[in-house]
Amino acid sequence: MNLKLDKKDLKPFLQSLIDEADLFAPVQLAEGVLVFKKIDRPDEVDLSSSNTQKPAKEVFSPQSETMFRYEKAGKQHQVTSTEEVERKRVILGVRPCDIQAVSLLDEVFLGKEYTDSYYLNNRNATTMIGMACGHPLSTCFCSSTGGGPFLRKGSDLFFIDLGESFLVELLTEKGMTFQKSNFFKEANTEEISLAKAIEEKALKKTDTSVPVEGIEKRLDLMVESSFWDRVHEKCIGCRVCTYLCPTCHCFDIMDEALTHGGQRVRNWDSCLSSLYSQETSGHNPRPTNRERTRQRIMHKFNYFPKNFGRIACVGCGRCILYCPVQFDIRQAINWTSAKRLKLQRGGRSTNP
Amino acid sequence: MKNPYHPIPMIVKKASVETTDRMLRTLQLSFLNEEDAKAFRFIPGQFCELSIFGKGEAPLGIASSPTENGSLKFTINKAGVVTTALHHIEEGTEVGMRGPLGNGYPIDIFQGKNVLVIGGGFAFTTLRSLIAFFLHPENRNKVKDITVIYGARMPGLLLYKEELKEWEKRSDIKLVVTVDWGDKDWKGKVGLVPNVLEELAPSSENTYAVICGPPIMIKFTFPKLMALQFPDERIYTSLERRMKCGIGKCGRCNIGHIYVCNDGPVFNYAQLKKLPKDY
Repeated sequence: MNLKLDKKDLKPFLQSLIDEADLFAPVQLAEGVLVFKKIDRPDEVDLSSSNTQKPAKEVFSPQSETMFRYEKAGKQHQVTSTEEVERKRVILGVRPCDIQAVSLLDEVFLGKEYTDSYYLNNRNATTMIGMACGHPLSTCFCSSTGGGPFLRKGSDLFFIDLGESFLVELLTEKGMTFQKSNFFKEANTEEISLAKAIEEKALKKTDTSVPVEGIEKRLDLMVESSFWDRVHEKCIGCRVCTYLCPTCHCFDIMDEALTHGGQRVRNWDSCLSSLYSQETSGHNPRPTNRERTRQRIMHKFNYFPKNFGRIACVGCGRCILYCPVQFDIRQAINWTSAKRLKLQRGGRSTNP
Repeated sequence: MKNPYHPIPMIVKKASVETTDRMLRTLQLSFLNEEDAKAFRFIPGQFCELSIFGKGEAPLGIASSPTENGSLKFTINKAGVVTTALHHIEEGTEVGMRGPLGNGYPIDIFQGKNVLVIGGGFAFTTLRSLIAFFLHPENRNKVKDITVIYGARMPGLLLYKEELKEWEKRSDIKLVVTVDWGDKDWKGKVGLVPNVLEELAPSSENTYAVICGPPIMIKFTFPKLMALQFPDERIYTSLERRMKCGIGKCGRCNIGHIYVCNDGPVFNYAQLKKLPKDY
């Protein structure tokens, strides 16, 4: 059964979510600065703009997160854990690229021998309401990286903006709990075919030409290539691409101390920072921007696939959109393609 | 489920300065809670994240052997914020410990073989763990000959001096201690580790080499091992990288797709050869 939510019912619907759970949704902080934020009032929510500047990963792996608090008790310490999530959470308006990115973060934080308790609790507590991308941007290439503007995978509920209303799809057990919601009505055939039309149009619009197929193997042969000299040349190491990347997950751990206690926190970190890998002795295994840029690209397209079988890029285009020097990761990927490499060997290379 | 970021409370039982330059201090830690002590199992070559609340965490190789029950030993080089704080900490104070982390030395692979241990400087800590483990009566017959070459810049910089004396007396271990520069009281060998290895020329037959030391020592020792016909698969070393989480999440310690904290820190030379030269 296909459901819909009339836009006039959106605010009461949001209020009902706020009453039941902690609601996270896109909020316009300033012009062009759209982020996911915990919502106090329904009119804060902005579902009309394109994708958020900061990715939805923030709800699961916050930019700064307290790991525990400690207090001095004589010669010892009383440690208070902060890993519990007290209230259920709903995140609304997440784009398919960000949802796909969360599935990649799952591999890191939940996988192999150790489970990250903070991330796991955030994940378990959250119902994910995905939002179809009716109007992909020119920087979007999710269709090249195994996703798409209408990819439902990972969403519990999926919204498609029809103008006057949202078409609502309930996709998982968590999603089905909304079946009896008073705000959802049955959608008519006209609305369903309108949603189809929007989907087809959006699919045509996204870029499918970025050659990520086989990139892992190609990069295997390029670790010591002069390719990296050219790739890094432009980069000023500002790190914005890594902070705004929905799949980048590196963090730093540090203590914030007061006289009688304090907390251990972790903060987003970036492989493009020189301090990131610098050892106490002063030795740095990645001494220049060349090695650091290589690390960023190789991690996404070679190391991550080796460990988890998938590339760590979802084609959201944020790193292209917000780069101050117009570095375009699509071009870097393009350069690795066989055709390009041949051109380079022929000496007819073009600058990015 | 256990939160892997929560430190286990430990108490500093004993602290002692190892070297004349006072840069290396050994802390002996014991568990504050009985159940933590019971649950803790490790193998030589593994490491822990030691922390002082308010200062932070630092990764340190375990210097004690699993055969020395009840306490853990770490020898700490005074270098950064946390290690400096660990140098100033008093006996009886609490420190946090997360671990054991990493893979450790491949004890099972060494079974029935000769073991050649080559150490330089303060990297000798986890090698001490390995040697003490195999010298324990329960484990001594697990491996055949144990040969140890251990070098320091000066006699005063040698670690575990009392223990070295004990080992020298034993017949079931061949120990060669060398220094770059001797002093008037030094009766032992003078010479760089790679040269001492060449001179000693241990047979590579049925032998595994474990080598830990400063990069410059490793660089010059590898060719000597090659000359002695050690195959890449039988040369083990332990790597150090800047680390934070120690459990393969925070990113920074990777060399290619390998994470030194979780996949290492112990690798053989054949494995290292396959990785990008990013270390």
